[in-house]
Amino acid sequence: MYVELKNINKYFGDFKAADNVSFGIEKGKLVALLGPSGSGKTTILRMLAGLEKPDSGEIYIDGKLVNNIPASERGIGFVFQSYALFRYMTVFDNIAFGLEVKKTPKKQIKERVNELIELVGLSGMEKRYPNQLSGGQRQRVAFARALAPEPTLLLLDEPFAAIDAKVRAELRTWLADMIHKVGITSIFVTHDQDEAVDVADNIIVTNQGRIEQHGAPQEIYNNPETPFVAEFIGTSAKYENYGVLKGFSREEKINGALIRPEFVEVFKSDNTSIEPYLKYADDGIVENVTFRGNSIELTIDVKGLKLTALRSLERRKIDVGERVKVLVYRLYAFDNEGVKIIENSDIAGKETVKL
Amino acid sequence: MDYYDKKQNRSQKVTKYLLIAVSVIFIGVMLVLPLISVIVNSLKEGIEFYFKSLSTEFVTSALGVTVMATLISVGVNTLFGIIASWLLTRFEFRGKNTLSTLIDIPFSVSPVIAGLAFIMTFGRLGWASPVVDWINSTFGTDIQIVFALPGVVLATIFVTFPFISREIIPVLNTVGHDEEEAAALMGAKGLKIFRKITFPHIKWALLYGVILCTARALGEFGAVHALSKTRGQTFTLPLEIDALYMSGSADSITASFAVSSLLVIMAIVVLVARNIVEYRAKKEK
Repeated sequence: MYVELKNINKYFGDFKAADNVSFGIEKGKLVALLGPSGSGKTTILRMLAGLEKPDSGEIYIDGKLVNNIPASERGIGFVFQSYALFRYMTVFDNIAFGLEVKKTPKKQIKERVNELIELVGLSGMEKRYPNQLSGGQRQRVAFARALAPEPTLLLLDEPFAAIDAKVRAELRTWLADMIHKVGITSIFVTHDQDEAVDVADNIIVTNQGRIEQHGAPQEIYNNPETPFVAEFIGTSAKYENYGVLKGFSREEKINGALIRPEFVEVFKSDNTSIEPYLKYADDGIVENVTFRGNSIELTIDVKGLKLTALRSLERRKIDVGERVKVLVYRLYAFDNEGVKIIENSDIAGKETVKL
Repeated sequence: MDYYDKKQNRSQKVTKYLLIAVSVIFIGVMLVLPLISVIVNSLKEGIEFYFKSLSTEFVTSALGVTVMATLISVGVNTLFGIIASWLLTRFEFRGKNTLSTLIDIPFSVSPVIAGLAFIMTFGRLGWASPVVDWINSTFGTDIQIVFALPGVVLATIFVTFPFISREIIPVLNTVGHDEEEAAALMGAKGLKIFRKITFPHIKWALLYGVILCTARALGEFGAVHALSKTRGQTFTLPLEIDALYMSGSADSITASFAVSSLLVIMAIVVLVARNIVEYRAKKEK
């Protein structure tokens, strides 16, 4: 493990920002700390950087205990949420700052800065000041500045929060490519699951100062270990009385279930191609139809449960009030200990072609 | 534009001109006319008398004392102002709010009280008097604080105490810590961070504070009056003006106006400097 946290605790007054946090990160990985605001993810990042001190626990970077090493000597590159570019310095001076502090020879500074400016695609903008740059350009400068002193670990605090939605997707792919190209171990904080899933090799989900789950994006998406993860990742709704659905029966100790829209299939009642599955499908009444841009979101009342389903735009139109057939493939049932996936027992094992 | 809009527009215009008229008359009568009358009165006996009354021994001594007290207090308060605002915006500690309030004391306490307070501290009956005596007897010095130049300087420092920190604190609060943290993470140390990162942010606010501080120091009367009793030695310009005026002869009254005009001119210079600083600061943003 390149970065390792062991039993980290941190209080701010009565607020527990880190509750026995432990995790390890392999060298060269891009890892997302994902969680809602106030879940302690930024605090973890700041403790790694040395900007906050943990109340207890140990932090190792490259096998070395760094608890008592000041921020300035940890060799960490940090990209701030607001970028924190030096407002009264040019792009060149911003990137050069870390090298100047290290008393690097002038010629070397120049080479390194120009190399980085080229890398982040800002050639010709060396003499501009931060307020003459767009949000995306500022982020590139912040990235280059953090990389300039050749840190061994790069930390990014909500790197995309200050950028408008359209540029954001493009920029995060760019950043992920850059990080892989440079090959630096990186950790970034985000509250946006799309961002984490899109960019990260691994995701660490935080909640109320605790680590809920640590794994590859797909694993976290498909096999959530805790009710929180099941609910936080993807869109889903909670149902207590899920046993009324065909193919599922209420088990003891289970407190409820989460159903994601992609687990729900909706058919028009006159659809003959589903004949073989008709007996497993529930009847529902469409309560709401919302246009979502790339799909239609349906809210369907099935025996008192309000299920949400997505339907592709190419399929036949469904209206409010229409009676439809609804098939639920699986759901996440949770008890006090964790989450388990329950497949629809009627269609489990059968060839279920997604219709 | 319909009738209603026209009517409203007209009433808005009336309000505007009414407000302009009131402001101009008020400022004219209260501020500009008195200052003009100072200049006019100062030249009543002719230009020769004007310069003669400015070059008396008393006036040159007072000018020297005023300039010295102003320079020292601006220097001390600049240093203190930066330290205090750094402390109040960058650190959390118990009693922070109390300290912040204490800095403002000179805004709310009458300067005369400040002067008296120094007498009660360093005067013959003051609690710090034995300390001063001890220093004098030990080092063979002859330091006098009350009714001497150090007292005048102390009083001036007291009344101009909050000006600089009050200008810097809001700027430091808006700027936030991020840039400093970023610099610290790259290995920069305190003084370098201040010089390269923080100072460019507060530069104009600091200069503005220095100007306000200068203006206040030049004109201070009350606190200095309590601590300065020797004309020609510890008197500042405002005290000299008062002394000339109080002596009552027609000539000395005209002379007091001449000295006053000196302060008016200094004030105008400060005012112009202030406007330039404000303009430059705005342009840089």
